[in-house]
Amino acid sequence: MTTREITFRDALNEALREEMAREEGVFIIGQDIYGGPGGYQGAFKVTKGLADDFEDRLLDTPMIEQTIVGAAVGAAMTGSRPVAEIMFEDFITLAMDLLVNTAAKTHYMTAGQYSVPIVVRAACGAVGVGPQHSQTWTSWFMHIPGLYVVLPSTPYDAKGLLKTAIRDDNPVLFLEHKKLYNVTGSVPEEEYEIPLGQARVLCPGDDVTLVAIGYMAGLATQVAGTLRDQGLSVEVIDPRSLAPLDMETIFQSVRKTHKVVVVAEDCKTAGPTAEIAALISEACFEYLDAPVGRVGAKDAPIAHNVGMSEYILPDATDIHEAVQSVVAW
Amino acid sequence: MTISEELMLQMYRYMVLGRLFEQCAEQLTHRGLIPGAFHTGIGEEATHVGATLALTHKDYIIPTHRGHVADIIKGAEPGRLMAEILGRATGYCGGRGGSVHLADAASNNLGVQAVLSAAYPVAVGAALTQKRANTGRIVLAMFGDGASLMGTFHEALNLSAIWHLPVVWVCVNNQYAMSTSFAEASAIANVADRASAYNMPGHVVDGNDITVVYETVREARERALAGEGPTLIECKTYRQGHSTFDTNPYKPQEEIDAWSKRDPITQFEQRLRELGVLDEELITQIADGVQRQVDEAQEFALNSPEPPPEAGVEFVFRSSEVE
Ligand SMILES: Cc1ncc(C[n+]2csc(CCOP(=O)(O)OP(=O)(O)O)c2C)c(N)n1
Ligand SMILES: [Mg+2]
Repeated sequence: MTTREITFRDALNEALREEMAREEGVFIIGQDIYGGPGGYQGAFKVTKGLADDFEDRLLDTPMIEQTIVGAAVGAAMTGSRPVAEIMFEDFITLAMDLLVNTAAKTHYMTAGQYSVPIVVRAACGAVGVGPQHSQTWTSWFMHIPGLYVVLPSTPYDAKGLLKTAIRDDNPVLFLEHKKLYNVTGSVPEEEYEIPLGQARVLCPGDDVTLVAIGYMAGLATQVAGTLRDQGLSVEVIDPRSLAPLDMETIFQSVRKTHKVVVVAEDCKTAGPTAEIAALISEACFEYLDAPVGRVGAKDAPIAHNVGMSEYILPDATDIHEAVQSVVAW
Repeated sequence: MTISEELMLQMYRYMVLGRLFEQCAEQLTHRGLIPGAFHTGIGEEATHVGATLALTHKDYIIPTHRGHVADIIKGAEPGRLMAEILGRATGYCGGRGGSVHLADAASNNLGVQAVLSAAYPVAVGAALTQKRANTGRIVLAMFGDGASLMGTFHEALNLSAIWHLPVVWVCVNNQYAMSTSFAEASAIANVADRASAYNMPGHVVDGNDITVVYETVREARERALAGEGPTLIECKTYRQGHSTFDTNPYKPQEEIDAWSKRDPITQFEQRLRELGVLDEELITQIADGVQRQVDEAQEFALNSPEPPPEAGVEFVFRSSEVE
């Protein structure tokens, strides 16, 4: 396999390009995804250059989040495979009804007569843009039967998972962390897909399991490196999707290490770490040598001020401390 | 446009079918056999029948929660429709949907959107597929006067206009949204007057005059297929109670009396008698035939099995079908 180093953003762009080339029914709908000559080509430039080959498949809309997602649903019910872009995940609340009541329930309500193969892409994560442009919300959506929730942490995963998401017959919420767009990583030249619901072991270890998703997966890997130098062998697992959720890989690791910390960027209260910790407790209680550790954001909106936002969000130090505290138990 | 005698009889027959079918479902509700509420389109049959008959089998429809006769015209079997209303295994959605979430993919019936605001965006998306793939089909989206005041109306109608989508927007203005009167809830008297804000034609029509409804929707359909974009049509009509157990205490008696003189079926029957298309014998023959059809539907539905409770977790995801 030939690989090259590309950014997370370009990996997504390649996935979109390849899937549009592969299937006529794939189109992208959202705000400023093209914008005409001189236009934005995506608020985060993910759709950059796609108009050169697929101008009629980039459907720019006004600021109508409900109708972006709802139109994607109607198009999907009639044979299209749309990718809808929501500029900031914070704005998905406007489309919440269409996502959770329409997209996620249609296959069920119609007993499989209609399916809704849509991907809703949204940029999550804090980069100093303040309380209404910084959220990473996942547990709201993993709570919804009928909806998949995917959060890639590397360019390789971003490309493979987006391709799979587009080909999947179910609605998928695909969250892209803003801090990852410029991160580079090796991506094969050749075509590949990554099944949804398959966790990835980012680094193997024997002493502690660290489950971390999205942007947190990279931080967790760094922390594992530091701890390895200190003689602690940490296994880092990135679930890559919260629905479907590959708990089996996590259980296997916990049965081996007996200690686990779960990390996500959402607020800790009722965040995804709560569900994962509960599942571990249910399935691996007798294997655990310490309570399941959890790391998440403090229960506050994300402030614009850098110091404040750093205080609120989980970072490498928080992860490091959480691991040490389960080890010391 | 001239309407053939054959089509007129079809219109009449479907209106009678809609009424008897829904009266039957109402009785089943009174007998406690239908979970939840049942909403009828009794009194507004001309709008549902006239608009739906203007479609071909391949066109798409989003009916309202009162559009049972639209489902049937589009192709749903009355028996399976009644079974779905009763929540039975043989219903179109295997009992998961019921009346207000009913969909029938085989007849390109996209289903009722029971969160009323969702109908507009879904219709836009369905129309987008037709336009992109140049299918020669349109989407008929029906909605109430109450639903016309929701935010997605604005988003979707504007988008349908700027993209010249093949969609026909039909408002069933039956004057009320539960007990909220349209006159009090809307800043303007006619929903269709809003069409000018979207640079599309708007028509206010007598929703109890089936031929006018039919012709107006037919023309809008042709316009849509010619690539000229959407049309907003408002059909002024009147309904009975909101749902089975509503006795309309919020409506003025004079208003009820006035509209009862304008019953769409009685009016059309009179017209067809004058035209010599209908006579007493044919009326009885049609009524008997329709009653038999409704009785059969009821029998089929009542004899249909309840779905196994554990089937309630099937179809959550596409793959669970295969499992
Ligand atoms: C978003 C939403 N809000 C409230 C309701 C509850 N509801 C069901 S029917 C109805 C009245 C709708 O009025 P209208 O749109 O005029 O249709 P009609 O019932 O008169 O046919 C209401 C409020 C709903 N289904 N969806
Ligand atoms: Mg109404």
